[in-house]
Amino acid sequence: MSKAKTSQDWLYTISPKKKAIDLNFKEIWRYRDLLFLFVKRDVITQYKQTILGPLWYFIQPLFTSVIFTLIFNNLAAIPTGEGIPAFLFNLAGITSWNYFSACLTGTSNTFTANQGIFGKVYFPRVITPLSVVFSNLLKFGIQLLVFICFYIYFVFFTDKASNAVPQIAILYLPILIAFMGLFGLGFGMTISSMTTKYRDLSFLVGFGVQLLMYGSAVMYPLSYFKEKVPEYAWLVEYNPMTTIIELFRYMTLGIGEFSLSKFLYAGSVSIVFFLVGLIIFNKTEKTFIDTV
Amino acid sequence: MKEQDIILKAENISKQYRLGLVGTGTISHDLNRWWSQIRGKGDPYLKVGETNDRSSKGNSQYVWALKDINFEVKRGEVLGIIGKNGAGKSTLLKILSKVTGPTTGEIKTKGRIASLLEVGTGFHGEMTGRENVYLNGAILGMTKKEIKTKISEIIEFSGCERYIDTPVKRYSSGMKVRLAFAVAAFLEPEILVVDEVLAVGDAEFQKKAIGKMQDISSGEGRTVLFVSHNMASVEKLCTRGILLVNGSIAFEGNVEDTISYYRKQVSTDINKFGFSNRDRAGKEVSFTDFNILNQRNEITERILIDESTKFQIKVESKVDIKITTRITVFDQNETRIFAFDSKNTSTYFNIEKGENTLECLLPNGLEIKPGEYYINISIRSLDKLLDHIVKVSEIIIEPTDYFNSGRLVTSDIPLVLKKNQWIFSN
Repeated sequence: MSKAKTSQDWLYTISPKKKAIDLNFKEIWRYRDLLFLFVKRDVITQYKQTILGPLWYFIQPLFTSVIFTLIFNNLAAIPTGEGIPAFLFNLAGITSWNYFSACLTGTSNTFTANQGIFGKVYFPRVITPLSVVFSNLLKFGIQLLVFICFYIYFVFFTDKASNAVPQIAILYLPILIAFMGLFGLGFGMTISSMTTKYRDLSFLVGFGVQLLMYGSAVMYPLSYFKEKVPEYAWLVEYNPMTTIIELFRYMTLGIGEFSLSKFLYAGSVSIVFFLVGLIIFNKTEKTFIDTV
Repeated sequence: MKEQDIILKAENISKQYRLGLVGTGTISHDLNRWWSQIRGKGDPYLKVGETNDRSSKGNSQYVWALKDINFEVKRGEVLGIIGKNGAGKSTLLKILSKVTGPTTGEIKTKGRIASLLEVGTGFHGEMTGRENVYLNGAILGMTKKEIKTKISEIIEFSGCERYIDTPVKRYSSGMKVRLAFAVAAFLEPEILVVDEVLAVGDAEFQKKAIGKMQDISSGEGRTVLFVSHNMASVEKLCTRGILLVNGSIAFEGNVEDTISYYRKQVSTDINKFGFSNRDRAGKEVSFTDFNILNQRNEITERILIDESTKFQIKVESKVDIKITTRITVFDQNETRIFAFDSKNTSTYFNIEKGENTLECLLPNGLEIKPGEYYINISIRSLDKLLDHIVKVSEIIIEPTDYFNSGRLVTSDIPLVLKKNQWIFSN
């Protein structure tokens, strides 16, 4: 009956051709439940069989902030600004840095860590790094809550935080968080694609992220760095994470200054990284199983 | 069902793999590839490559795991893909299930493909059975809603009700497999691609799984592509077969013909492997020939159930030595059926330098059900193994009127036959 129909209407084609961007959004949408379940898996299995359980979400940033305050502010006497408690300053930096670095390291081993699943069943591969970004967003939310608690404590129960005032620009905070996520995701996807063939990069990620933290104004204000080491200040200044963390501290604590150009700079770098990562990731996902 | 209702079509599928280590050479090849791409030339490494023959050493670093595969699958058909290890079956399944892309060619489909190359993909030990059902189902392409409507059926099918809210790491491996297969069994894609997942679990569960597969294909009219080494389940499930040899299609047809073609091919391999292809030099004592003789002393592979049978072994020796020999008969599933060992009857042969012929006579034949069997042979001296050949020959048992009832025995009988008499005593 439908001879013409049967020879024409192919639902889809499996072929070696690689388009630069071959994202099937409809397909990703169809697998949204998988994204949700991956996030759920990450969250519920992370602290299984630990005594402190989700308390670890709080412990890590708090202890890091305490150590940073002791070393960088008390010992090395890095100023954090009049009327801003050093602890709060560090906590702000660490909270936002943590989200970025968790996205980066979490997605940078997508292919190697999931080759078991990827080798056996097909689903849009991009779901996996996306799930990392979302489950870390949840963690970030909890850490942000901790930050807010300490914020309230310092502002209302001590007199050390006289200058810590949230700015109206805080309305941009969700966008800023999205930038962090996109930047980490794009960076991570690029690395994950390249590590399928060349494992060298996976060694780099471990300490590279740590080094990058020192170059991202997490425990010092950019202005202080400029003042002390002006010849290398551009290195830190053009690091998009510096801009993002400085903006985060401006929005929440009112330190430093806000400029639309900085915001746009951070945004465009993040989006470019994300797109580049996505293209490379897409190119890799078809055949990585042969080279991994 | 219409004849022209083709749901999947593979056109010129080829897949190239690089042999050896992916290492320092890789980056130079990559750069070379990239450079010729920039100049608008094709991939220089695609031109090289040899057929995928595992046993012979090739010269190229690249090999074609699949070469120019073309086939069509009709709606509702169950296609069995068979072949020896390394013939390209799994590569083909991987391409069909989109795990990896083909090097050239394309596959067009009219339905969603779900693949089952492994059961329990993505199971997480820390999560409960129920949570894993959701996760595994979603990985296989079901939506949460779909799983929700089927979850009670899935749990029931798996037979793990009691443990469903216990973390999977506490399960026995059999339970894990049951649960995982249960999820897969309730997938509802238009095309299901299945690797040898049925080979897991205990006999009871295998039966259940094969039954479920049959329901899926015959009852619900779904298209299934099935890869297996187990000819019995291929024969049971499939309607059509494809035989892959060294990455190309060697035979295509209905499932019985494909399987018999495959078996013939395996049996020709046997002889080649037994005497010529092995490095037999330097042995003190070695086999030179093996024959099966029928009642009329003719060399054959076909013997009736109760026909007098003689196995003839020729042995070349460099010394005078005292030996025993053994002939073992296997069925298709490699189950050992008989072992005729001269040691058991305390028969020692004092063979001499040169060629010796030894014979083993079974006056009443093998008396097993009709079918194909394999033979292994070995010789031992008093203290060590001198020579042995695995699958030296095939022996085909043919039906006969064993019970003198005027009818041939069919193959639908137990393995061992025994003459028997019934007496009515009142």
